[in-house]
Amino acid sequence: MLAYLLRRVLYTLPIMAGVALVCFALVHLAPGDPLVSILPADASEDLQNQLRTLYGFDRSLPEQFFSWVWRALQGDLGTSIASNRPVTTEVMTAVVNTLRLAVVATLIGFFFGCLFGFVAGYFRNSWVDRGASLLSVLGVSVPHYWLGMVLVIVFAAQLNWLPATGAGPGGSDNWVWDWEHIKHLLLPAITMSVIPMGIVARTVRALVAEILAQEFVVGLRAKGLTHFGVFRHVVKNAAPTALAVMGLQLGYLLGGSILIETVFAWPGTGFLLNSAIFQRDLPLLQGTILVLAMFFVVLNVVVDIIQSLLDPRIARS
Amino acid sequence: MNTATATLPVEKPAKSRGYWGNVGARVVRDPVFWVAASVVLALLAMALFGPWIAPADPQASSMLSRLKPIGTDGYPLGSDELGRDMLSRLIVGARLSLFMGITPVILAFCIGSAIGILAGYAGGFTNTAIMRTIDVFYAFPSVLLAIALSGALGAGIGNALLSLTIVFIPPIARVAESVTTQVRNRDYVEAARASGANAFTIVRVHVLGNVLGPIFVYATSLIAVSMILASGLSFLGLGVKPPEPEWGLMLNTLRTAIYVQPWVAALPGAMIFITSIAFNLLSDSLRAAMDNK
Amino acid sequence: MQAPVQKPLLSVQGLVKHFPLKKDVLGRGGGVVRAVDDVNFQVLPGETLGVVGESGCGKSTTARLLMQLIEPTAGEVLFDGAKVGSRDLPLKEYRRQVQMVFQDSYASLNPRLTIEDSIAFGPQVHGVSGGVAVARARSLLAKVGLEPTRFAGRYPHELSGGQRQRVNIARALALQPRIVILDEAVSALDKSVEAQVLNLLLDLKDEFGLTYVFISHDLHVVRFISDRVMVMYLGEVAEVGAAETLFETPRHPYTKALLSSMPSMDPDRRTLVAPLAGDPPNPINPPGGCRFHPRCPKAEAVCGQVVPSRKALALPGVTQGVACLIHEPGSGHTLAALPTAQEAA
Repeated sequence: MLAYLLRRVLYTLPIMAGVALVCFALVHLAPGDPLVSILPADASEDLQNQLRTLYGFDRSLPEQFFSWVWRALQGDLGTSIASNRPVTTEVMTAVVNTLRLAVVATLIGFFFGCLFGFVAGYFRNSWVDRGASLLSVLGVSVPHYWLGMVLVIVFAAQLNWLPATGAGPGGSDNWVWDWEHIKHLLLPAITMSVIPMGIVARTVRALVAEILAQEFVVGLRAKGLTHFGVFRHVVKNAAPTALAVMGLQLGYLLGGSILIETVFAWPGTGFLLNSAIFQRDLPLLQGTILVLAMFFVVLNVVVDIIQSLLDPRIARS
Repeated sequence: MNTATATLPVEKPAKSRGYWGNVGARVVRDPVFWVAASVVLALLAMALFGPWIAPADPQASSMLSRLKPIGTDGYPLGSDELGRDMLSRLIVGARLSLFMGITPVILAFCIGSAIGILAGYAGGFTNTAIMRTIDVFYAFPSVLLAIALSGALGAGIGNALLSLTIVFIPPIARVAESVTTQVRNRDYVEAARASGANAFTIVRVHVLGNVLGPIFVYATSLIAVSMILASGLSFLGLGVKPPEPEWGLMLNTLRTAIYVQPWVAALPGAMIFITSIAFNLLSDSLRAAMDNK
Repeated sequence: MQAPVQKPLLSVQGLVKHFPLKKDVLGRGGGVVRAVDDVNFQVLPGETLGVVGESGCGKSTTARLLMQLIEPTAGEVLFDGAKVGSRDLPLKEYRRQVQMVFQDSYASLNPRLTIEDSIAFGPQVHGVSGGVAVARARSLLAKVGLEPTRFAGRYPHELSGGQRQRVNIARALALQPRIVILDEAVSALDKSVEAQVLNLLLDLKDEFGLTYVFISHDLHVVRFISDRVMVMYLGEVAEVGAAETLFETPRHPYTKALLSSMPSMDPDRRTLVAPLAGDPPNPINPPGGCRFHPRCPKAEAVCGQVVPSRKALALPGVTQGVACLIHEPGSGHTLAALPTAQEAA
């Protein structure tokens, strides 16, 4: 077991290195001079060179890469060209906002997904199952940015129950878990939860149906176990995979929140990414992508470890 | 050798239904398949014949007729923020939206399968090297990677296609490698090696036929995701550029209109939704038909 | 007066295969599985050589080494005097001469190909044109008892186990080999079907002048079909000899134990005592000296130190032999004969 954990963690290191390389390369793929966005059109040669040296664009690519990585390891991701604030601060504030949204969305999605999936798997092949399966197909197929728009239309524009955009009074820096703020959270969180809900429901349904069909369940029933007892057994067997799926969905939400955050003007990492792209703010872009990707990698490792702790078969393979 | 065995039987032997024949037979009995297939065919027809089916010119704008509601005379599904007929734009928009959704998957299928089959059949160091590289790309959530790539390369159809293809290559390669590794260890592949065949012939005759099926079905399940992602890129302004009609882009430009003509503004997204459902159902029924041995 | 020495068709000398074991992240583990250790034997033209032994004795590994489906760690295989893989006998040419029928009849056939295509594949690899290959496939199907008009266009899942195994035999014969290795080829079949297939194998052997290496754990079947029998234990050859002689008068203690475990219809020959005592063997750390000595009823101290010699088994003309110190004059075992004056000198 320990060997497996050690191996899994060690294995992450080359992946992280690869991710950093890709992040760096991505941004330098961009055609055109990275300085174009900051410079006024008629800037002098001198000024151009000064800025170039300041931002380090005059050094060779490998040099830039290693100095960027070195500083990143110390927590310094450079300075945003557009806002002139340290990238690390900007990203971390945004991450906290996105996490609030993503965690709530994941919990909602996981809860209802498990509910629907479990019910569908328990009553497999009945109309309940088909209904739930249809719902989960719908959930998986919906374009979430469009769903966000529709929800805004219904609940904000037409009914005026909930606000359409923003993160609440006082901006995102003064977050409190009160209704004033939560009502801003509701629509985006629900929108975000739909796709994970669909995926979790599908997975749980398949798991439950498979477990119930196995012979050991017949053995348990023959032993005289009540429905509740069987239920506990099913949960124990399904839990590792279900939790793994939930963890992965959280990761996807973290990385893929940009579309929803754009619709709802939620000040999270997606929103930040959006502005970084359009303002061609390279340090911010690099830093944001790096942080998000690293989050995802770490999340994957944590999910793997938890799964192997819950399901001893995995560690042995 | 006695002469009796030297003559061939005169009649040709009866050929029975192969694997795909059986899958086809199962699939046509599934009502969901027919519903999904007809929707997909209708969409493809829209994509192919759009410009000829559309009642009005999708680019004809008229500032007087901006944002008319559904059911207006001359604008059956309303008009957009520049006064263009929504019905026509939706129909013609099918072309770009479907193209942006399906093409990356096709390209990724070809490239990803080649990489995965190579890694799976070669095994050993080649396999490790290839799959570890794939793992690095797998370490990014797909939306993030698509947007980052698009953002880096800049807006435009070509760049969007490129970034989406790159996003879909790793999952397809993984599936291809996994299936190929299983097949490679089967006895009939060993028997083929024992006949003296070289690796290329073995892959062509024995591996491909058994491996492309599952990979293909997995790829079809990616089409819906690709469509949503492609339209999403246009929604963010990273894909198709105006004034081309494309559903994601239309959603973007109509966003501000949700307070004025909400249902017209929501229409393009509904098209994406319908297309996505249809492709998902199609892929599901195909997978169900293939699972049944 | 000695009979003329028959030149062996296949000669295996010093064949060794060790499978390395992976070390874990802390460096534990490692070592090797000594699946096949210094195996020497010959296969004479036109005979059926039966190979028997417990699970894990190395029979299947030896078969795959003969087919060059896995690389030997050491040792060589000579076919008709030429070393396999050398310039005189390139691998592809050797593959035409030696073919194999596997145990799992279903897994040996590509589910996506019709059975005539599966059979025709081998010849096509060696340059036979498509039409001729298919014609050959159909005539072979007729030979193995499957009427081509009914069966040629079928897929493996539409056939029964026995029928599939016939297809595998036809496939092995398609390249017109001289040796066919049958690795537990009938073990998975029902008894009645097994009998039919065995008789088919005998008929084909006569008709095509084949040589068989028949691997099995079923001693009755081996006795029925073999001319000579080779007994393997834990990766080594224990005894080789003419089938009837070996079954009537086994010499190696392991062979004796193996044969006494055969269930018999004769009420007078019941097994009252378990023939083998001691722990099952571990091919990772095999016992020193003679590998059978921990379980051997006749073992002595010397058996744990001296490895019985087997080199003679690969020499032309040597058709029988025993790897046991009891049968080695001068080995030091109390039951062994004393060396004659010539040998001691």
